[in-house]
Amino acid sequence: MSRVTYDSDKGGYQAHVMVKSVAIYLVLILLTLICLVPIWILVVNSTRLHNDIISGVSLIPRTHLIDNIKTLKTNSLYNKFFAPLLGMRNSLIVAGCCCALTVFFSGMTAYGLVVYDFKLKGPAFVFILAVMMVPTQVTAVGFMRMLIQMHLLDSYIPLIIPSIAAPAIVFFMRQYMLSSFPLDIIEAARIDGSNEFRTFLTISIPMMKPAFAVQAIFAFIQKWNDYYNQSIVLVSGKKNQLTMPMMVQKVIAIDRNADYGANYAAIFLSIIPVVVIYIILSKFIIGGVAAGGVKE
Amino acid sequence: MATAAQRRIKSVSYAKYGYMFILPFFVVYFIFSFWPLIQTFILAFSENGTRTPGIIGLDNFKTILAKPAESDFKAMGIHESFWNGMKNTLIIWFGNFIPQIALSLLLAVWFTDLRVKMPGKGFFKVVMYMPNIITAASVAGLFLSLFGDSSYSVINTLLRSGQEPWKIITSCWPSRILVMFIQVWMWFGNTMIMLMSGIQGINESLFEAAEIDGANSTQTFWRITFPLLKTIMVYTLLTSMIGGLQMFDIPYMLHTGNVVNDYIKTVAVFIYEMFHGNFAKPSFGYSGAASVILFVITSILGALVFYVQRDKDAIEKKKKQKQAAKEWKRKQKGGGFSI
Repeated sequence: MSRVTYDSDKGGYQAHVMVKSVAIYLVLILLTLICLVPIWILVVNSTRLHNDIISGVSLIPRTHLIDNIKTLKTNSLYNKFFAPLLGMRNSLIVAGCCCALTVFFSGMTAYGLVVYDFKLKGPAFVFILAVMMVPTQVTAVGFMRMLIQMHLLDSYIPLIIPSIAAPAIVFFMRQYMLSSFPLDIIEAARIDGSNEFRTFLTISIPMMKPAFAVQAIFAFIQKWNDYYNQSIVLVSGKKNQLTMPMMVQKVIAIDRNADYGANYAAIFLSIIPVVVIYIILSKFIIGGVAAGGVKE
Repeated sequence: MATAAQRRIKSVSYAKYGYMFILPFFVVYFIFSFWPLIQTFILAFSENGTRTPGIIGLDNFKTILAKPAESDFKAMGIHESFWNGMKNTLIIWFGNFIPQIALSLLLAVWFTDLRVKMPGKGFFKVVMYMPNIITAASVAGLFLSLFGDSSYSVINTLLRSGQEPWKIITSCWPSRILVMFIQVWMWFGNTMIMLMSGIQGINESLFEAAEIDGANSTQTFWRITFPLLKTIMVYTLLTSMIGGLQMFDIPYMLHTGNVVNDYIKTVAVFIYEMFHGNFAKPSFGYSGAASVILFVITSILGALVFYVQRDKDAIEKKKKQKQAAKEWKRKQKGGGFSI
């Protein structure tokens, strides 16, 4: 390993960097294709009719998306559990309420832990840290049992209310507040005669907007995608209660006489909302992941 | 002095608000998460096949952990199903984590390399993270239509037209490899971004110094990036293990019909099927026992995460303080003797 002598080696060094860049780009393009081609095939096939799909693969979209959606609506194999607008409405209710509650109450909890001094502050924070790691799968049985006892199955309450307590998001918000929240402003508000809740609502929340926004996006997407809890709570699978992921799961499980155009269209419809949100807000989302604000 | 007094007054008069602000979190947590956790532990020692089980003791753990008698078919089935789930979870986690971390690390190093100017970096990041936000049900559906057993799945129309279709979904290793691939596909962007922020946390002057000293990329990686990234790598490893133990969506949904493929059935799917499969007569006991086992494993891993993430500087400081105190005491003693 000899030292590089700069004068003689400069050309070689630059050529080396060039070759490396080209190689890197080739790998990146390959990975981009691996990420996008499946999604592209999905988009294309949702615009092709069943007979076209089974006769061959194509990468050029056609014009039959509406026809496929009509099949979803008219074919009894599908319409007994799949209704895109209904599913979207239900998912929107669940994800929207969860998102609002999670962000508001996590902000509130973090605020309580940062702004005030009280005896149980330390233990409360350690508790939140400790339960961050408890997986949903471990509490699921007990959760189910509790829902049976409390007669809360097939209701949105056990899907929405628990999102008030989101340890990971409290943790993230606390870190954010510790690093960038000026506590003097609260003192100032007190002197001006504002009570504590008003200070929180009208002064602190607007100041924590960036953290709120990032966490809101993640909470929404996560709850929209949360098949596990939804399938536990909505156990009878009544059509007018089903969320989008549950409807999709039922569509993909169809093993006989499936209409492939309709299948693809159903999956396509289910990913539109999150993908649109993602494309619009990708900058915040990537920034949020980098800040360590997400736990799968 | 005045500030300390002020602070004391403040803490006395405002402490109750602290409790009020954190109260909703704790009330909801105790009802919807902590109580179910306790219930899970109770159920682990309870009967199966009823919605109102009574306590039976350690039988569920015995059935799951110790090998039951060959003649007891039902217990044998449960026992084998659990270990099959454990085995599959480990295999799929391993086969997903190794390529994922390698790929993510490579990409993270590339994206943060000072020497390679890379236009379009933002675009690549956005694309590579995208699979992570798509609903798992939709991903499962998508890959079923791409690699499904039917002769009309994309792979079979492309490569096996007019021939016997490949049965990837219902074969042992092909289905496992497909699940591993899907997991990597969904998660490598996430891991990459996390590792990137780890690399960006490394003092830039170290990289500059290495470049001036003539280190090449490989040397820079193994001598600087990798050692300094160790903590975040161990963190990624442990959280990925915890996540891996919960792997549910893709293995559960990657099939047509009603039966989950045995080759990719994970322990989370086992737990779910036990309490959810037969809803009139759920096997809460087995489910609870398996959950408790999972809880113990997760807790150990979680404790390790804490150990890795602990604030080393603070500990170092404490040590030094202790040492200083000792030193001071010794000096005092020494002083005493000298007189």
